Amino acid sequence: IMSVFSEVPQAAPVAVFKLTQDFNNDQHPQKVNLGVGAYRTDEGRPWVLPVVKKVEKLIVHDDRLNHEYLPILGLPEFRSSASKIALGDDSPAIKEERVGAVQCLGGTGALKIGAEFLRRFYNGNNNTKTPVYVSAPTWENHNAVFANAGFEDVRPYKYWDAEKRGLDLNGFLGDLESCPAHSIFVLHACAHNPTGTDPTQEQWKKIAEVMMRRKLFVFFDSAYQGFASGSLEKDAWAVRYFVSMGFEMFCAQSFSKNFGLYNERVGNLTIVARDGDNLKRILSQMEKIVRTTWSNPPSQGARVVAITLNTPELFSEWSDNVKTMADRVLLMRAQLKAKLQALGTPGTWDHITQQIGMFSFTGLNSQQVEYMVKEKHIYLMASGRINMCGLTTKNIDYVAESIHEAVTKVQ
Amino acid sequence: SYSSLPCLNEEGQTFVLPLVGKLKKQISADPTLCPEYPSSLGLAEFTKRATEFALGKNSLALMENRVFGIQTIGCTGAVRLGAELLKHWYNTRAAWCGPVYLSSPCDGNIFEAAGIQDIHYYFYWDAKQRDVCVEKLLADLEQAPEQSVVVLSASAHCPTGADLSEQHWALIIQLMMRRRLFPFILLPVQGLCCGDLQRDAWPVQHCASQGMELLCAQSFSHCFGLYGDGVGNLLCVLKQSSLLSAVQSQADRLVRALWARPSVGGARVVATVLSNPEEVKHIVERCMLIRERLRERLRLLGSPGCWDHLIKQRGLYCCTGLNGQQVEFLSKRRHVYLLPNGCLNVSAINSSNLDYIAESIHLALTSAL
Repeated sequence: IMSVFSEVPQAAPVAVFKLTQDFNNDQHPQKVNLGVGAYRTDEGRPWVLPVVKKVEKLIVHDDRLNHEYLPILGLPEFRSSASKIALGDDSPAIKEERVGAVQCLGGTGALKIGAEFLRRFYNGNNNTKTPVYVSAPTWENHNAVFANAGFEDVRPYKYWDAEKRGLDLNGFLGDLESCPAHSIFVLHACAHNPTGTDPTQEQWKKIAEVMMRRKLFVFFDSAYQGFASGSLEKDAWAVRYFVSMGFEMFCAQSFSKNFGLYNERVGNLTIVARDGDNLKRILSQMEKIVRTTWSNPPSQGARVVAITLNTPELFSEWSDNVKTMADRVLLMRAQLKAKLQALGTPGTWDHITQQIGMFSFTGLNSQQVEYMVKEKHIYLMASGRINMCGLTTKNIDYVAESIHEAVTKVQ
Repeated sequence: SYSSLPCLNEEGQTFVLPLVGKLKKQISADPTLCPEYPSSLGLAEFTKRATEFALGKNSLALMENRVFGIQTIGCTGAVRLGAELLKHWYNTRAAWCGPVYLSSPCDGNIFEAAGIQDIHYYFYWDAKQRDVCVEKLLADLEQAPEQSVVVLSASAHCPTGADLSEQHWALIIQLMMRRRLFPFILLPVQGLCCGDLQRDAWPVQHCASQGMELLCAQSFSHCFGLYGDGVGNLLCVLKQSSLLSAVQSQADRLVRALWARPSVGGARVVATVLSNPEEVKHIVERCMLIRERLRERLRLLGSPGCWDHLIKQRGLYCCTGLNGQQVEFLSKRRHVYLLPNGCLNVSAINSSNLDYIAESIHLALTSAL
């Protein structure tokens, strides 16, 4: 008897994981991994934030801690402090008690729960045909999360202008003006992945104006708060501006990167509702959705974040840790640009320091990328995206020289 | 439902096995462990152990490399992932919508959430007889269309006495093979909790040994007191090893749209315990000892009834047979917390509280309530 799975096709490997796998298999002594989006120290190692180490010790030695299942919506003190960090302590929406949250499995989990809710309840009870817009380009998992939540129409909105190497604001605004009513837009709160190009405050204001006028749904993806500029407040500007404009909106937060809690899967879906009554009903439906997805979220990471955010000295220490990471990225950006300019590498390299966050769209084309990977053993995405954290004082010269070679030898 | 209340001790706190507490401390102090994104499939050491735990180390399916395990967020996550896998890939010509057969009572919400609408229930618990009615169960499954998926509990909702015997399982599995029904087996509290490790996993192992394909959703939250870090495993046994890579790759893809990757904390603890069969054996032995001592205490107190069942059952939990009123008495008046169905977490009993607990049970049985 045949297997019931005999016709299942092999799924294509995820590009960024394949890249890391190839990197791991490469024996070349000077190999560099500029692929995966995780922070690395100047020694090329992952970094356990000192404040996290401290708090984890507190947790593990605290015998009074309750070891039961977390409530379905998650650890209450985590949810409220996480929302506060996004919206600001003095957020009027919080004061008006119309902000709620769901603890989720990382940023992906938050997007998932938000997507499942929207598909069921956003505009009528069946939003399978409601368009969901994601930036062109975007984090490639955005497509999968919304598609799997049942949205049949996931489309790109214009974002990256490859020629200009910057934001295609007119294209973006054009898509906002012409999209079907009630479309859902996934916006990157800061440190756009993969381009590293964020709208300016003035540009955000224009985007918000159109979205408000056309009644489009705002779904922020905030995976890098604090990481982009080093300032938690600055990186939350766009989210807070939209809240101040009166939008009902979702914000999917990830604490993987700014807490270095990659393997604890700490995320939060912040919900800004019209009023407390709406919020209550929304949360009741969110609970049902969570119940059939993972039932109870894991407690470890949420406790670390909650304790840190709610304890002033620890919060302050965390802010410093975050700034340490952001500063190292800024340093690598400055040095890479300087070295490319010193080498006289053709083209302009201002975008390296103008872009923000972990990622940079170098502008290398796919042949040049191939050259980098095959000839120089420097692993970056086919799009030309590099993770600045992969650069260190030890490898930056090699990388700069290799980029120089790629640009001059390969067209 | 797939997760029931955790078991509490007399301070109203869940009992965290001392070993687990120790391990958590060791793990937190380990300088070699670093904060990396785990694989979307989870911690390899955990899935390997969990899978072996269910199938047995000498399983032919394992040796023939036609099994994979994916770490999930608890049992719910495992069932959800399994449901998504079936929905997308059970019938590759079109999205599969069922039929799925579940025991009644049981909720089909997870399958519905995955987009599987065609849900049916087969007869399971006969309230009058206070037992499973296998004849009716078999009759219902006989009616199920070929290729239906049937969800079965390998170790029933914390030992209520509603377990299926091996003979029953054999009959059910035989019917399922004949009618080409696909087994999706739930193994929420294995081994340590309800009986010996082999017995609970027997249905899974029997299906596998009969050459069947199956999905199995495992959970390790209860066994290890890891409620806050729910660790689950979705196990898939295929007919051919040539299919492994493709099916696993599709399951992987589904994981990435659900939660991307699981959290590792609990998985590390479980993997460590599972790879130490001596520790597991020690826990089981200790529980046996406590059961014997509890039975002896009750005998000495002159408690009414026969308490042989305490030592006939094995593992972490035992079903005392106390009724709802007696259970309430224990929690309200004596601060001894049992599950509503009268089940008691044996591992929460130690030499300092044994007398108090025995006395409390005695009082519950003899006081006018």
